[in-house]
Amino acid sequence: MKHRRFDVVVVGGGHAGTEAALAAHRMGAQTALVTHRFSGLGEMSCNPAIGGIGKGHIVREIDALDGAMGWAADQAGIQFRLLNRSRGPATQGPRAQVDRALYRAAIQRMFLARADLAVIEDEVVDLSIQGDSLAGVLLARGGAINAAAVVLTTGTFLRGMIHIGAERTAAGRFGDPASTRLAERIGDLGLPLGRLKTGTPPRLDSRSIDWTVLQEQRGDEEPVLLSFLSDRPLARQVSCGVTHTNPATHGVIRANITRSAMYGDWIVGPGPRYCPSIEDKVVRFAEKTAHQVFLEPEGLTGHVTYPNGISTSLPPDIQAALVHSMQGLEKAIILRPGYAIEYDYVDPRALDRTLGARCLEGLFLAGQINGTTGYEEAAGQGLIAGLNAACRALDRDPLVLDRAQAYIGVMIDDLVTKGVTEPYRMFTSRAEFRLQLRADNADQRLTALGISLGCVGARRQSAFRGKIDGLKAARSLAAAISVTPPVAARLGAPVTSDGARRSLLELLAVPGVDPGQLFGAFPELSGVPPSVREQLLRDASYAPYLARQALEVARLRRDEAVRLPERLDYIGMPGLSAELQAKLDRVRPATLGQAGRIEGMTPAALTLILMRARQAGAAAPVK
Amino acid sequence: MTEDTIFAVATGGGRAGVSIVRVSGPSAFDALRALAGPPPLERRAALRWLVDPHDGERIDQALVLGFAAPASFTGEDVAELHLHGSPWVRRRIAAALSEMNGLRQAEPGEFTRRALLNGRLDLAQVEGLGDLLAAETAAQSRQALGLIDGSLSRMAAEWRDAIVRALAHLTAIVDFADDDIPEDVLARIEPMLRPVLAEMKREISGSLIAERIRDGFEVALVGAPNVGKSTLLNTLAGRDAALVSTTAGTTRDVIEVRMDLGGLPVTVLDMAGLRPAQDDVEAAGIARARARADRADLRVFLQQAGEHRTLGVTVRDGDLVVGAKADLGGFADGLAVSGRTGEGVDAVLAVLRDELQRRAVGAGTASRERQRAAITQASASVSNALHGLYAAAPQLELAAADLQASLQALDFLVGKVDVEAILDVVFDNFCLGK
Repeated sequence: MKHRRFDVVVVGGGHAGTEAALAAHRMGAQTALVTHRFSGLGEMSCNPAIGGIGKGHIVREIDALDGAMGWAADQAGIQFRLLNRSRGPATQGPRAQVDRALYRAAIQRMFLARADLAVIEDEVVDLSIQGDSLAGVLLARGGAINAAAVVLTTGTFLRGMIHIGAERTAAGRFGDPASTRLAERIGDLGLPLGRLKTGTPPRLDSRSIDWTVLQEQRGDEEPVLLSFLSDRPLARQVSCGVTHTNPATHGVIRANITRSAMYGDWIVGPGPRYCPSIEDKVVRFAEKTAHQVFLEPEGLTGHVTYPNGISTSLPPDIQAALVHSMQGLEKAIILRPGYAIEYDYVDPRALDRTLGARCLEGLFLAGQINGTTGYEEAAGQGLIAGLNAACRALDRDPLVLDRAQAYIGVMIDDLVTKGVTEPYRMFTSRAEFRLQLRADNADQRLTALGISLGCVGARRQSAFRGKIDGLKAARSLAAAISVTPPVAARLGAPVTSDGARRSLLELLAVPGVDPGQLFGAFPELSGVPPSVREQLLRDASYAPYLARQALEVARLRRDEAVRLPERLDYIGMPGLSAELQAKLDRVRPATLGQAGRIEGMTPAALTLILMRARQAGAAAPVK
Repeated sequence: MTEDTIFAVATGGGRAGVSIVRVSGPSAFDALRALAGPPPLERRAALRWLVDPHDGERIDQALVLGFAAPASFTGEDVAELHLHGSPWVRRRIAAALSEMNGLRQAEPGEFTRRALLNGRLDLAQVEGLGDLLAAETAAQSRQALGLIDGSLSRMAAEWRDAIVRALAHLTAIVDFADDDIPEDVLARIEPMLRPVLAEMKREISGSLIAERIRDGFEVALVGAPNVGKSTLLNTLAGRDAALVSTTAGTTRDVIEVRMDLGGLPVTVLDMAGLRPAQDDVEAAGIARARARADRADLRVFLQQAGEHRTLGVTVRDGDLVVGAKADLGGFADGLAVSGRTGEGVDAVLAVLRDELQRRAVGAGTASRERQRAAITQASASVSNALHGLYAAAPQLELAAADLQASLQALDFLVGKVDVEAILDVVFDNFCLGK
C-alpha cells in the first residue's frame, strides 16, 4: 500500500476544506487536501452570494487572517452592496453577488499558485488509527496518508437524503460502502450525531424570465468590497431582479401543502427558521399576502437564475405552478427543481474551541458537519480548524478566538458550548460585543495576531502595517488639536457650551459630524486620506459605549482565564443536578467562562465546579 | 461548600413546647437515619425515638420529616426534627449531629444562601424573607410576603418580556435588513417600551414609600424647650423612653421610639428643644435636631397656647400643628394634647395614622436601595434607548446596547437572558429569510 506523509490532511473541498488547507499551508505545514475533483474546489452549491450582515463580518475576519473567501469573492463579484449602509458601522455587512465560475477559478488559482499544497483527487474511506491516536486517513484507491492532524469537512455527506415531494434520493454516495465506512467510524469514535434539514429553490433559465417587467435591484454606486486588499470590482457589474409571491402563489401552495416533503411527515430534522421554505412562510405567516423573491443571476456566462426566497420541497409540477404564478416568471423554465435535504451532523459539543474532537486528538471538524449553514460560517470554521491542525502538527500553541475578539470566536464558542437545534447561522445579535466586532475593523482586531501566528503573507503584512501607521499618525494629530465649543459648532460638531476644549478625535464621536469638514479646517490634517478619516470616525463613534463595555470584556476575560481540567469528573459530582452533570460532561468546558454560558448553569454550580477544579490543581489562571 | 451538610436549630432559644432542627445537604438523610432509623416516606411526618448513635441512649421522641432535593427549601436534601423544646435535648441533638461525618453547624443565613444559590429563591425573594422575619407590623409583613411571593420578580419578568420583544424587533431590523421587514417595525417598538418606562418610574417613586414601610416612617416632635415633647413621647410609647424632667434642654440626643400605628411602623423622634443654645453641647444637639426634623416624613409641631413658632423647621404638607399642655387649657378648637393627662393623644394618633396610611397607598413593591438602584438603572437605559430610536438619525445598535443594559439591570433582580431568547421572539414574529 502506498504511504505518503503530510503534517495536515484536509478531507473535503468545500468552503471549509479549502480555507482549512490554505490556512494550514500558510502556517508552513505540509498540507494535502483530498477531494473527488480538483475542478470542484470553490463550488458554490447553493445561492450565488457571499457576505451579508453577520456573514460579511465573518468574511472580513477570514480576510484579516489572510484567508481566501473575501479575496475570491471580490475577484468574482458581479454586484456589491453594503447592507445597512444607512445605519451604524457595527451593523453594516458587505455582500457580493458572485459569478460561480469566476469564484471557482479564483479559489483554484490559489491552490495552483502553491506548488507544494497537494490536492489529491481521491476519496477518504476511513481514518487510520493506531492504538489510541490518529495516524492519518485511508483512501478509496488503496493508498494511505500519514498525518499528525486531519480536518474533516465533509458537509452533508453523512446519511444525506434529498426530498422532492414524496420522492427521496440518497445524496452523494449515500449507501456506497466506502462512504458508509467513514460514517461508521465517526459513530464508533463516540461522536454524537443529530439530524438537520435545509432546502434550496428551483433554478430558472434566465432567458425565460421577463426581466422588463421586474423591479431592478442595482449594486451600490460606491461598492464596498469584501477583502481589505481589494480596491475595485473586476468583473462586469449586473443587477438582480425582484418579484413577489401573490395570493395565487399562496393558493397553489396551500392546495398542495400535504405534497410537500416538509409537511408530508417525511422529514424529521429541524430546519432553519431564518431560511424557511416558501411552504413554511405561507403557513406560518398566513396573513402576509406577498413575499419578496430576489432573482439572482448565477454568473455573467451561462443562463442560470437563483430565485432567492422560494426554497421548496413540493413536487416538480407544483413548483412549476407556483413559479409561473409570479410576475415576470409566467414562462420561466425550471432547470432543476428545488429540494429539501436531510443530513446527519456531529453535535459540536463534542469539540473543543480549537474545533478539535475531544475523543481523538488530532481530528478536527469544520463546516456544515458541525451543524452550521452558510459558506461563510463553514469557511470561518475551516480557517480555525486548519490553523489549529497546523499548530498541532508543528507543535505550537493552539489558537482560540474569544467572544470579544471575533464573530468567529462567538460562533465557535456558541457551537461547542450550546450545541445546535437548527442549522446555525451568524447574526450580529449573537455577539454581545457587537459594537467592537465590526466588519470595518476586522483587520485592526485580527491581522496583528495573524502575523504573530505566522498565517499572514508578506503582501497583507505590508498593506496592514501601512494602514495602521496611517491611522496612528492621523489619530495622534487629531488628538493634539483641540477647539472650543463655538469653533466645534462651526466645524459641524455641536457640543455643550461648557467652555471645555475638545480634541478633534473627541469631536468625531458627535453624531452627524463630517470628518472631511472637521479635518479640512486644519492644514496639518489636510493630507489625511478620506479612507483614514472615515475609519477614525467609525472607531470614534462608539467610543463612549465601548468604554462602558470594557468592564464586561474584562469580566469575560477574567472568567476565561480560569481553566478547568480536561479530566474533571462531572458525573456524580455532589451538589450538581443530574441535568447539569450531563450537560457539563457533554460540553466539557475549557474555562470557567465557558461553563457559565451553559444553559441552566447556576451560580452555586459554578462555585462548586471552581472548587473542584482547584482541588484537581489545574484551575490556575493561564496567560 | 455545597457538599457539606449543615444543621441548625431553626427556632428560638430557651424552654419551648417544640424546637425544630433543620439539616440540609447530601448527608441529611444519613443523619436522619443514624438518629431515627429509616427516613419516613417523602413529605410525610413520622413519630420516632431519636437515639444517640454513640451510646444508644434515647434523647427524645420527635416528629421527623424528609424533603428530597430539589423540592426543598434549600434545593438540597433536607431533614427536619421537631423536638421537645428543652435546651438539654437541643444540645444533645446538636452534639450528636456535629459528630457525624460531613456535618457541621450552619453559619447564620446559610440555609437561605443555599436556597439562593440553588435557584430556589431569587435575590428579591431572599430579601423579602429577611424582611418578613424582621417584620413588626402588618404592613411590613404584607410587603415582605409580596416579595417572597415573587411579585417584584414577576414585575421584573414582565418588563423583561417587553424589552426582549422590543429588542427582537430591533434585531429584525438590524440583522435582516435585506428581508422584507414591514416598514412600521420601528414604530411598533415605542408602544412596547413606553408603558414599561412609566411603570418603572412609578415603581421607583413607590419604592421610597415602600422603604418607609420597611424601615418605618419617621415622625419628629418639634417644639420649644419644655413644651412637653418628651412627656408626650412617653405617653405614646407607654414607657419611659425619654428622660423627662422639667429643666429646659434636658433632651440633647435624639431619642427614637418605634411603634405600630394602624399596622404601619412608625419611629417617633424626640429631640433637643429648639432654642438659642446655652453651650456648645446644646448647640450641637439643636443643630442635629433641626436636620433630623427636616428629614423626617412628618413633623408634629407642639405649641403652647398663643405660640406660633416653627423654630427654624419648615412646615410641609401633611405636618400637624398641635396645642401642647392641653391640661393647662387655652385651646378652643383644633388638636391639643397633654402628655401629662393623656388628653387628646388618641386624636393626634388618629390624624397621624390617616396621613401615613394615605401615603402608604402609593407604596411600590421594591423597598430597598439596591432594588431601587437596579430599577433606576433599567429605566434610564430604556429611556436612552427610546431617545436613540426616535432621534432624527436613529442609532439602532446603540439603542440595542441600551436595552441590553436595561436587561442586565433587571437581571440584578432575577435570572438571565440570552440571545436565543431574543431570536425565539424574532422568529415567532417575523417571516425572515429568502
